Amino acid sequence: MNDSNYFRLVPGPDDTLRETLPNGITVLARHNPESLSVVVSGYLTAGSLFDPLDRLGLAHFTALSLMRGTWQHDFQAIYDTLESAGASLGYAASVHHVGFGGRALAEDLPLLLSLLAETLRSPVFPAEEIERLRAQLLTGLAIRDQDTADRAEMAFEEIIFPGHPYGRPTDGTQESVANITRDEIEDFHRRCYGPNGMVIVVVGAVEEKEALDMVVNALGDWKHPAQATPPPLPELRPLENPVRRHIFLPGKVQTDLIMGCLGPGRTSPDYLAASLGNDILGQFGMMGRIGEVVREQEGLAYDASASLNGWIAGGSWEISAGVHPEHLERAIDLILKEVRRFIAEPVTPEELADSQASYIGRLPLTLESNAGVAHALLKLERFQLGLDYYRKYPGMVKSVTPEQILEVARRYLQPEHFAIVSAGPALE
Amino acid sequence: MSDPTLKVQLSNGLTVHLKEIHTAPLISHWIWYRVGSRDEPAGLTGVSHWVEHMQFKGTPRYPATVLDRAISREGGMWNAFTYLDWTTYFETLPADKISLALELEADRMVNSLFDPEEVESERTVILAEREGHENEPLFRLGEAVQTASFRVHPYRHEIIGDKEDLRRMTRDDLYRHYRTYYNPNNALIAMAGDFEAEAMLQRLQELYAPLSAVPLPERVAAACVEPPPQGEQQLEVTGPGQTTYIQISYRSPAAAHPDFATFTIIDSLLTGPSSLNMFGGGGISNKTSRLYRALVDRELAVSVGGSLQATLDPFLYDTIITVHPQRTPQETLAAYDAQIRRLQEEWVSSDEIARAIKQARALFAYGSENITNQAFWLGYAEMFASYDWFTGYLENLSRVTPDEIMRVAQTAFLAQNRVVGVYLPDRSDGGGKEP
Repeated sequence: MNDSNYFRLVPGPDDTLRETLPNGITVLARHNPESLSVVVSGYLTAGSLFDPLDRLGLAHFTALSLMRGTWQHDFQAIYDTLESAGASLGYAASVHHVGFGGRALAEDLPLLLSLLAETLRSPVFPAEEIERLRAQLLTGLAIRDQDTADRAEMAFEEIIFPGHPYGRPTDGTQESVANITRDEIEDFHRRCYGPNGMVIVVVGAVEEKEALDMVVNALGDWKHPAQATPPPLPELRPLENPVRRHIFLPGKVQTDLIMGCLGPGRTSPDYLAASLGNDILGQFGMMGRIGEVVREQEGLAYDASASLNGWIAGGSWEISAGVHPEHLERAIDLILKEVRRFIAEPVTPEELADSQASYIGRLPLTLESNAGVAHALLKLERFQLGLDYYRKYPGMVKSVTPEQILEVARRYLQPEHFAIVSAGPALE
Repeated sequence: MSDPTLKVQLSNGLTVHLKEIHTAPLISHWIWYRVGSRDEPAGLTGVSHWVEHMQFKGTPRYPATVLDRAISREGGMWNAFTYLDWTTYFETLPADKISLALELEADRMVNSLFDPEEVESERTVILAEREGHENEPLFRLGEAVQTASFRVHPYRHEIIGDKEDLRRMTRDDLYRHYRTYYNPNNALIAMAGDFEAEAMLQRLQELYAPLSAVPLPERVAAACVEPPPQGEQQLEVTGPGQTTYIQISYRSPAAAHPDFATFTIIDSLLTGPSSLNMFGGGGISNKTSRLYRALVDRELAVSVGGSLQATLDPFLYDTIITVHPQRTPQETLAAYDAQIRRLQEEWVSSDEIARAIKQARALFAYGSENITNQAFWLGYAEMFASYDWFTGYLENLSRVTPDEIMRVAQTAFLAQNRVVGVYLPDRSDGGGKEP
């Protein structure tokens, strides 16, 4: 792709509006003249890191309760407005944030922003709706607790992030969600929801300035001087000893395996080298070196890949596979062998060139839709990467060397200290 | 959906649909084959899906690793899907790299190796794929309901195939299936994106000119005439978990049948709108749909969803209900049946129909942002009807009347046309502990 095409597609400071309102809300907007619709997404600083230990899932429960009724409209009226317009809006909590996302035809953007402001600022948490939602959440948790992949992931995070919000389930447990009261939800909303630190992105069939005016109109006068500030997070430390855990789930046929350790946070200077390294280890093409050995050569799994999850305060570097129980030990051995090779010798220049080309080449594909651009802009803001990040990105990717990847891999990936978790039928 | 599309059939029978879209320097290229699980005889269930896997294992010209590497390093996206009636392969790439996709698809239409060792290694991969599904209660229930819904038609088995067939199938079975159905006269190429249609057509003609049409056999499905359902069937599946599910599957019309649009509106009224988008676009929630209000708002269920598939032969309209933990499946089913009776006895207002159409329009707008989705649309409807089915989709929906809805509700939504499956959890709980 030539440079002019690249710059036409990729958001930068010259075609993206970014403004912070006096009340602390940061607005980002980008016009897409080809589109008939708009996407609105963003977040507030009301995530699960505020959850008391005996009320895990409180932030999540609160976020999902916002749409259950406001001073102005009840649950059915809110959804009737949205669904009649073919629009959507929803909330979900993560550790640091409560995220929101919605889309509508261009003419319905004012409606979408008005419902966003209303559900954020004046929810009433009707008792009957809260109980209805609780039953839905509890059923979701019962299903999650029978899911081999979810159970393995939860246990893995609990092991590598001990005593840290990253090690706790954002959606809580069946016990904690059963105990959360309506008053606690109302109180959580009162303390934690406010404009400070909120980010909102509008992308699509609306001029940037017009989008900004609409956001100001909907949320510009929102104030909350006593909005809670997030508590400090404990430091993350690598495991000193290996941990092996198996979770037995009767009646299952396949075992889900996750193994790995801490990884760099998204803003760490190690991140990009680790990310390219991870691509070579378990993503590129048919799931990189891990996929080549575990799936292509040995036929042990349908899915076998590596992932690097970089968050604000740290991250995880993990390798996962779904295998027949009798192949479990063989898969673990093969994966450990690949990780040892990965930290013993640098990746080849050809492997790195492939991954670098892939990282740069796929950017236009990830940015073709309004939702893709909105996601990219949110990432800039969440990790403070700067509006020129995507313009600088090709140069940054190309500057990573095999030696940098080896150095970063050695620092994080220590297979003798891995957490290895499996969930499924009894061990053979 | 008024954009001009160039539609041509080459002398060897290959159909080509090309649509220029110059919003981004990307091209999405799809090749569709008219073969799927519908074309599988007893003993060879899952063969179409396995052939799809083998198409990624290389040809003499493009060994497996070369292909994968070449597309991935351009930042491209490629994948394949096997369905009841069709199998499709796509590549979305920067416009200046699309030659790679054109050449590789022309090559693997006839030259895939099906190396015996690769076949064996893929056998365990596919068994692992199936076992991953078997971990899910809804897969177990869905498979049981689907099998009970058809006596003879090959739609009775899951696309991935029966385990025993997957264990026994040979390399020659796979290769024979491939050589029977992968031919220009059984294929369609659909492309959307940043190219000039006439030049692209010429390039495709050059690539496919050496391939000749090959006579196609009589289809398995044509020899298996499915008798009309003979009465309601009820079944139970027991398995791990704490959650009860109900799946209700009515026989639905073929996509080309005039009643299909009416079924689409009924699905939207009952369980909310669904889209024809395969990539991007997202969905619209269903909290004001009739069944959500009757089942979830009234705490008989915690979720409800519907799915209507566009197929060559009559298939199934499914409703899947997650039963409220305090309720029995019988109570929930009774409330469901009351909503079906309501459709049969009361006229739907034209406002409700207009709303369903606005929702469908919005979903099209969301899906059109994505080149891959645009190219998908160009080929999809040809596999079970014609491209006109797609371009006329919204108009056909807007012609549906309250009378039509009542007629279809009264004739198709009868108990004798359905299978009701219940997944009953055995409430076993490993407690997550080592046994």
